[in-house]
Amino acid sequence: MMRAILAMIRKDLQLFFTDRRAVIMSLVAPIAIASFFGSIFSGSTSGERAKIPIAIVDQDQSAVSKGIVAGATGDAWFTVASPTLDEARERVKTGALTVAVIIPSGFGDAAGRAFFSGQARPSLTLLYDPSHSTELGLVRGVLTEHVMQSVSAEMFTGEQGRVLVDESLAQVEALGAPDEQQTRLRDLLRSARKFYDVPAAPAAGQAADGAAAPRRGLSMPYAVAEEAITAGNNATYNGYAHSFAGMGIQFLLFASIDLGVGILLERQRGLWKRLRSAPLSRTSLLLGKASSGSLIALLTLAVSFGFAMLVFGVRVHGSLPGFVLVAVTTAMMAATFGLLIASLGKTPGGTRGVASLAVLLMVMLGGAWVPSFIFPAWLQTATVVVPARWAVDGFDAMTWRGLGFQAALLPAVVMLGFALLFGVLAVARFRWEE
Amino acid sequence: MLEVRSVRKTYGDLVAVHDVSLSVRPGEVVGLLGPNGAGKSTTVSMIAGLVTPDSGQVLIDGAPLQGDTDPKKRRIGLVPQDLALYDELSALQNLRFFGALYDLGNQALEEAIASSLQLVGLTERAKDRVGTFSGGMKRRLNLAASLLHDPDILLLDEPTVGVDPQSRNAIFSNLETLKARGKGLLYTTHYMEEVERLADRVVIVDHGRVVASDTLEGLQRHAPAGTGPVSLEAIFLALTGRRLRD
Repeated sequence: MMRAILAMIRKDLQLFFTDRRAVIMSLVAPIAIASFFGSIFSGSTSGERAKIPIAIVDQDQSAVSKGIVAGATGDAWFTVASPTLDEARERVKTGALTVAVIIPSGFGDAAGRAFFSGQARPSLTLLYDPSHSTELGLVRGVLTEHVMQSVSAEMFTGEQGRVLVDESLAQVEALGAPDEQQTRLRDLLRSARKFYDVPAAPAAGQAADGAAAPRRGLSMPYAVAEEAITAGNNATYNGYAHSFAGMGIQFLLFASIDLGVGILLERQRGLWKRLRSAPLSRTSLLLGKASSGSLIALLTLAVSFGFAMLVFGVRVHGSLPGFVLVAVTTAMMAATFGLLIASLGKTPGGTRGVASLAVLLMVMLGGAWVPSFIFPAWLQTATVVVPARWAVDGFDAMTWRGLGFQAALLPAVVMLGFALLFGVLAVARFRWEE
Repeated sequence: MLEVRSVRKTYGDLVAVHDVSLSVRPGEVVGLLGPNGAGKSTTVSMIAGLVTPDSGQVLIDGAPLQGDTDPKKRRIGLVPQDLALYDELSALQNLRFFGALYDLGNQALEEAIASSLQLVGLTERAKDRVGTFSGGMKRRLNLAASLLHDPDILLLDEPTVGVDPQSRNAIFSNLETLKARGKGLLYTTHYMEEVERLADRVVIVDHGRVVASDTLEGLQRHAPAGTGPVSLEAIFLALTGRRLRD
């Protein structure tokens, strides 16, 4: 029996390597597509952040609005253009700009007064591309910082603040407050007036060269220290690790379609009659098929991950035995899925179409295209019944998450469960009689 | 050697084989004839173990064939009607695979391959891809693939469909050689002249039943009344009618 099973495996491998299309589809295509997805999800390798193209239309031309433009222009998040309003609107419409910020005339003055009173707050208009709503939130947040800095700087150190203090001094008597309170308020405002009259102290390192001292304003009262958390030492997130896992699984499942359709073709070509006429058990026949399917699947994964390791620096930061366990159980799941396809299918052509749709759904819901954390919460829960999800999670755990062998056990057990389920269903539904 | 006893096979309401009995002895060629849908292929499938009879038995030397792994299946060689070969592989790779299904060791397998290829005249093309073969060459290789485990009984399901006269003649020569070696052959075909040339006995089935079983001479008693010796085709039409079956 063993000799027959080995012969079936050898024959299927020979068939696989003589079919150039199958080899390209199984080995080259996943590498190409995974490289593309990996480049998207890994971000820039130089460490530079991708900048958001925005425009600021400054209709105010006040010190405050100029401060906002200057702040935004120097921000690492943005590339800032200064078109006219009509140009800005047109460029957002065509997608050339993500957001256009319109600073209306009188904004600086109104914002300064609203800074202390909280009343009559002027509006900033944001024109945005609806396909970039995520970036809109980011632009709004970063812009708030620059507006607050510019307005507060002007109010504390600028001409507008001085004018506001002078206006307030003139209006103290009109407040109708008791004399003692009026005196204290005048003292306070005169102190503020003196503050405005003293030139700003130069910052450290800037005193000698005579350059203008920076305007003082409110700034963020904290700094953010970012640290990516993975379980393993020196394990860093590598978007290629996820994309190669996802695409590897996708094309491994495509290979399982070839396995299933191959069995149907063997039946159609009368080859199955010859196989069945030999003194072999049904288990041996299916075991031979499942074994060759698993080997081809493992080969696909090995080539994909090997390429990712050599070219994109993907590493198994977690457990290597765990990685192998996930790979083997994933291959077994895919191979038995191929047997299931053969048992449910009737014609090779029709079966390939339906099976391709099933595989695409499986990999899409399994997080092979985009990580499942992007999914809505209900979908993240629902997709635990999708085997590809466990395969992707298992590979993520063993590669960039850097988790230990134990983290591979649950995905492996679930995958074995799916393999068993698919295998039992395939045996039960397989059309043995010709 | 081979005995089929009252086998019956139904598919839902369709009775494919109602009641068929026949036998094949060593060194004998039995022609199995019947119109399309008469039950020939189902009968052959039951003998080869591809289909389980609802009732009746297939016996090899008096012992019933039981299950997929019955060692007695090694006594049977099936030559399917389809060209059951992998076009993508060479003749040698095909034969190595099919021989390994019968658990032949390396040396025995290589000897069997050489012998089979020599019989069908394909030794020179052993390393060529089957996809490059002509229809006749594929038919001969189809036969060779069934001989590797040296079966005593050969089931031939329309083995000459679509081949030129030269290849057909070569196959006939191969079958006559096998007969001379003591192999029992059950030969299904629609070509009456093939049966007239090869068969020692003829079994004619229709509607899943045996309607005649005799030697070529013995079948003459089924000839239309008042005629002298007639062709096998005339007897066949007399027994099965002239109505189209498909």
